[in-house]
Amino acid sequence: MKKIDWNLVSTHTILIIGVIFMSLPVWVAFATSTHAPETILRDGLQFWPGGHFFKTYNEVLFVEGGVMKKVTAMAMLKNSLILGIGFAIGKVIISMLAAYAIVFFRFRLALPLFWIIFMTLLLPLEVRIIPSYEVMAGLNLLDTHTGLILPLIASATGTFFFRQFFMSIPDELLEAARLDGATPWRFFVDILVPLSKTMIAAILIIMFVVGWNQYLWPLIMTTKEENYTLVIGIKQIYQVLADGGQLPQYQKAFALTILATLPPVLVVLVFQNWFVKGLVESEK
Amino acid sequence: MKRVQFEHSTIPYMFVAPQILIIAVFFLWPAGQAVYQSFLLEDAFGLSSRFVWFKNYTDTIWSPSWLQAAWFTMIFSTLVTFLSLGLALLLAVKANQVIHAARTYKTTLMWAYAIAPPVAGLMGNLMFHPLIGDLYKFLNAIGWNFDHKLDSFDAGFVVVLISVWKQTSVNFIFFLSGLQGIPKSVIEAATLDCRNATRRFWSITFPLLAPTTFFLMVTNITYAFFETFGIIDTTTRGAPGGATTTLVFKVFQDGFRGADLGGSSAQSVVLMIIVLTLTVIQFRFIERKVHY
Repeated sequence: MKKIDWNLVSTHTILIIGVIFMSLPVWVAFATSTHAPETILRDGLQFWPGGHFFKTYNEVLFVEGGVMKKVTAMAMLKNSLILGIGFAIGKVIISMLAAYAIVFFRFRLALPLFWIIFMTLLLPLEVRIIPSYEVMAGLNLLDTHTGLILPLIASATGTFFFRQFFMSIPDELLEAARLDGATPWRFFVDILVPLSKTMIAAILIIMFVVGWNQYLWPLIMTTKEENYTLVIGIKQIYQVLADGGQLPQYQKAFALTILATLPPVLVVLVFQNWFVKGLVESEK
Repeated sequence: MKRVQFEHSTIPYMFVAPQILIIAVFFLWPAGQAVYQSFLLEDAFGLSSRFVWFKNYTDTIWSPSWLQAAWFTMIFSTLVTFLSLGLALLLAVKANQVIHAARTYKTTLMWAYAIAPPVAGLMGNLMFHPLIGDLYKFLNAIGWNFDHKLDSFDAGFVVVLISVWKQTSVNFIFFLSGLQGIPKSVIEAATLDCRNATRRFWSITFPLLAPTTFFLMVTNITYAFFETFGIIDTTTRGAPGGATTTLVFKVFQDGFRGADLGGSSAQSVVLMIIVLTLTVIQFRFIERKVHY
C-alpha cells in the first residue's frame, strides 16, 4: 500500500478551496441567469444551469430595456468594445511615440516633459472628478467616444512600460541605423516597432481589460442610455429590476453581469502568457 | 539615459506632443482647477464666489462625516490589503509547489482579474440579496443576525469581502511570478540546510519576496482607496448612515449629488496629497532596489 502524502493532500485542498472561492460566485451567477424568474424568487440562487438560457440571453441582448427603454445589451457590448479597443490602441500609439522621443532623442525639454508625464500618476481621475467633467462639458465632448477615450489614454503607465523596454535596446542598433542614413521616422517604423511586437501585444491585452472595466469616467461622461457601456449599464438596469413593480427579473441582472465579464475574461484566458507578462512588466 | 541619441530640434517635440497635450487639457488643468476652487466659496446660486483661504478645508475635513469616512477608509484599506495579500500569498506558495494541474490552478485562480470592480460588486450584492441571496440566508441561518442594509459592521463585512475577492487574483499573479523568479539553486541550498518547510519559507522565501510584497502593499492601498469606488457604488453606496463611505466615494457624493464645489475640491486636494505620499514611498523604494 502506498503511503498517503498528507502534505500534498493539504496543498491541493487549499488550492481547490481557493479555486472554489474565486470561481463559485461567477458560476452561480451564470447558472442562476439560465433560470426562470419565478424559480429564482422561490428557490434562491441556482447552482446548476436551467432551461432558460436562450430566452434570458435573447431578451437581454436584443430587447430594449433600461429606464428609457432605449438600450440593449448588444448596444452596450458595442460601446464597451469601442472603449476597450480604442483605449488599448490609443494608449499604445501615444505612449510609444512619447517613449520614443524621450529615450532616443537629445532635446532640451526631455526631462521636464518626462516629469509632466510622471505627474499623471499623482492625479488619478478620482482627485479631479468635477473639474474634469467641466472640461468635457466645455469642449462639448460629453456622450462622445472621443471624450470617453482621449483623457484615459494619456496616463503614464504605457509610456513607462515602453521607456523601460526601449532603454534595454542596444545602442549599436541606433548607431548602425544612423550610419545607414535612417531618419528618425524610418528607425521607428522599420526597426523599433517590429522589435516591440511582443511588448505591444502584451500591453494591448492588459489595456483592453483595463479599458473595458472603466467605471467612474464613463459614469460621469455618459448621460444618454444609448452610450452606456456594459460595466455602467448593468447597474442602471439592476436598479430598474429591483425597484419595478412587476416580478423582479433577477435572471437578467445575472445575465448582464456575465455578459460584462465574458469578453475580458476570454481575452485574459486566451492570451494568458502575454497577459501575465504585460501585467508584471508594466507595473515595474 | 542612452549614449547614442538622435539630435533633432523639432521631431522629438512632435512625438511627445499628443500625450503632453492631452495631459495638459485633461489632467493638469482640471487638477489646477480643483486646487483653485478649494480656496473659493460659491454663493447659493453659483453666481459669484470669493476667496476664503482654508475655510473649505477646515469646514469639510473637520466635519464628522469626513472624519468618519477617513476612519472607515483606513480600516477598510488595511483589512483589504492584508487579507487579500495573505490569501494570495498562501495560494501562490501552494500553486508554486504542485506539479500536477499547476497550470489549471494558475488559470482558475487568476482569471477573476478580468472582472470589473462594479461587476464584482453587483454579483456580490445579489449573493447578499435579502430575498434570493444564499449568503444572506446562510449567515442568518447560522445565528448571525445579518442585515447589511441596517448594520454598519455587516455592511463593512460585505464591501471588505467583495474587495478582497476582487483583488486576490492580481496579487496572486504577482506573488507567483515573484516565487518563480527565485533561483532554483537558492531553494535547493536552503532545503539541504533546513528540513523545516515553514521555517524555510519565513527565513528564505519570504524575505526574497519582500520587493514584491512591498510593491503590492502600495498598489493594494491605492486600490482600496480608489478602485473600490465601483464596489461601494454597486453595493452599499456608503450606507448605512455613511458607515461604508470611503473618501473617494464622498468626493463623488458631495461633488455631484451635494453640488458642494469648494468642499469637494478641498477633499480632492487632500486625496492628491495622499496619492503623492504613496507614490513617493513607492518610488523611493524602487530606487533603492535598483542600487541594491
